[in-house]
Amino acid sequence: MKSAVASKPRPLRARIGGLPFLIPSILAMAFFVYGLILWTLNMSLTNKNSVGVKEIKYVGFKNYSDLLSDVTFTHAFTNLVKFTVVFILGALISGLIMALLLEKGIKGEGFFRSFYLYPMAISFIAMGTVFNWLLNSTTGEDAGGINLLLQKVGLGFLQNPWYASQSGAMYAIAIPAVWQVAGYVMALFLAGFRGISDDMRQAARVDGASEWQIYRLVLFPHLTPTFLTVVIILGHMSMKVFDLIVGINGKGFVTQTLAVYMWQATFDNFDYAKGTAIALVLLIMVAVLVLPYLRYVNKHEEFR
Amino acid sequence: MSHTAELIIAKRVVQRSKRKLTGKDQFWLVFKYVSLIFIWFLVIMPIYVLVVNSLKGVKGVYLTTAFQLPTSLDFSAWKLAWSGDTKTFPGLSAGMGVAMLRTLVIVIQSSIISAIVGSINGYVFAKWKFKGSNLIFTLFLFGMFIPYQAVMIPLVRVATISGLNKSIYVLVLAHVIYGIPICTLIFRNYYEAIPNELIEAGRVDKASMVRIYRSIILPLSIPAFVVVLIWQFTSAWNDFLFAIFLTGGNPKLAVATTQLNFLTGSTNQVYYGLNMTSALLVSLPTLIVYIFLGRYFLRGLLSGSLKG
Repeated sequence: MKSAVASKPRPLRARIGGLPFLIPSILAMAFFVYGLILWTLNMSLTNKNSVGVKEIKYVGFKNYSDLLSDVTFTHAFTNLVKFTVVFILGALISGLIMALLLEKGIKGEGFFRSFYLYPMAISFIAMGTVFNWLLNSTTGEDAGGINLLLQKVGLGFLQNPWYASQSGAMYAIAIPAVWQVAGYVMALFLAGFRGISDDMRQAARVDGASEWQIYRLVLFPHLTPTFLTVVIILGHMSMKVFDLIVGINGKGFVTQTLAVYMWQATFDNFDYAKGTAIALVLLIMVAVLVLPYLRYVNKHEEFR
Repeated sequence: MSHTAELIIAKRVVQRSKRKLTGKDQFWLVFKYVSLIFIWFLVIMPIYVLVVNSLKGVKGVYLTTAFQLPTSLDFSAWKLAWSGDTKTFPGLSAGMGVAMLRTLVIVIQSSIISAIVGSINGYVFAKWKFKGSNLIFTLFLFGMFIPYQAVMIPLVRVATISGLNKSIYVLVLAHVIYGIPICTLIFRNYYEAIPNELIEAGRVDKASMVRIYRSIILPLSIPAFVVVLIWQFTSAWNDFLFAIFLTGGNPKLAVATTQLNFLTGSTNQVYYGLNMTSALLVSLPTLIVYIFLGRYFLRGLLSGSLKG
C-alpha cells in the first residue's frame, strides 16, 4: 500500500517528504552505528595492543590472524557454537511445545501465556544471580539447589557440576538461557498458528485427515516463515550472549564466549586492537545471519 | 504488523464443535493441563526461590533449603539490600537503593525521549515517504541487530573525550541513540495502519505536515507510545552491556544491573540472602510493569522480530 503521495508528481516539498525531520536521527545512526563500526575496523588494524603502545601503526589483518592462533579465542568460539546449538534447539522445542499446548485455545490460556512470558521482562543479570546459586556444582551428600531437587524427585543420576564442568559448562548455561526466552518463542509460534485460517483445518478435517496429519501437512508448512524468524532471532541473541554468562559465571574460562572475551581483552588487558577485532568477527557473524533476513522482510514489505 | 499479531494471539479460539468429549479428547485435555502446570512450575521456580529466600534474613539462607518456605518472616535482607551497610559488609559500597533510583532517572528520561524521536521518525517513514526512505529505514533497522560490541570501544572513547562519561547522561544518550531503530519500527508499523485518507483530508485543508501530525496522528498514537515507553523502560532498565562499558569503572554511576553484578561478584562476602534479595529488587520494577501492561510489552517483543 504505497501512499498516494509517491505516485503523483509533486513539487520538491513532496519529493523530499519528511526528510528534514529525520536528519537528527540519520546523523545519529550514521555516526553512532556506521561511523563507529568503521572506527572499530580502523582500530582493529592497528598495533594498539596495550596501554604502553606509544606509536600507533597499521599492522593490516595481523590482529585477526593472531586470533586464529589464540587458544582462548578458539575456545570462546567453540563455546559459542556449543551454546548456540543447544540454545536454539532447546528454545525452539520448548517454545513450540508451549505453543502447541495452547494454540487450540484452552481454558486458562491467558493465565499460562502471561506467566510463560514474564522471564523476558527480567534482566539476565538478575536471573544469572539465581542460576549461579541454584546450579551449584555440589553433588551427592552435599548437593543443594537443582542438584538436590533432582535427587529428591528420583532423578539423582542427572546431577552434574553444571557450569563448573569442563566439558558441559556451555550446555549447562544454555538452560537458563532457554528458560528466559522459551515464552518469547511461544508467543511467536502462537502468532503464527493463529495467523492460519481456521478453514484450512476444517477443510483438512472434512477430508478425513487425522489431527497429526493436520499438523504435519497443513499447519507446519504454513509456519515456515515463523520458524525462520525464530531461528534468526535466537541465532543473533545467542551470538551476542553476554549478560547471562557474566551474571552466572563472570569471566570464568569454561564459559567464555566471544562477547565475554572481547570484554576481558578490552577491560582487563586494554588490548583495544584485539577487542575490536573480536567485536568485528562478531559483527560479521551477526550480519551474515541478519542481512538476508532484513532483505527478505524488506522485499515482502514492498508488496504491501 | 505487531499490533494485529498481538490481537491474533489474544483471540479466543471459538470452540468448533459442541459434541461431547470422547475418551480420547478427555485424555488429551488432562495431558495438556498436566503439562501446562508442570511448565508453569518450571517457569515460576526462579522467582519463587528469590521471594522465599529474601524472607529468610541475611544469614539464614542455605542452598540445601533453597526451595523451602521460611520458618519465620525476616525482612532484614530487604532493608540491607536496599540501603547497604559498609561497616558490616565491606563488599558493599552502597545498597541497591541508590543505584536503582539512579537507574529510574536514566530510564524514564531515555524512554520519553526515545518515544518522541521514534514517533516523529515513524510518522515520516510511514506517511511522508521520499525517494530512498525505505533504504534509510532498512539501514536504521540493521542498527537494531548489531552486536553493540562492534561500536563499544570507540563509543567509550567518544564518551571519555567529551567528558560525558562523568554523568548519567552518557547512558541516557546511549539508550536513546541505540533505541532509535526499534522505536522507529514500532511507530512506523503503527502509523502504516492509519488510513492515508486521513492524511489526504488534512492535505486538502492545506494543513502542514506538522499540523497533521499534531492534530490527526498524535491523538491516535497513545497505544504505540505505551508500547515504546514500556519497551524502552524494560530494555534500558535491564541493560548491562552499555552500563558496564560506559560507567563500569565508576561506582558513583552504578546502575541497578551493574550494582547487582558488583554485589554478587564481590569475593569477600557470600551472603546469599542478600544476593537473592538484591536480584529480586532489581527485577521488581520491570516485573510490575509487565504485570500491569504485559500485552503492550508483548507487542514490543513481536515488533522486535520485525514481523509477527
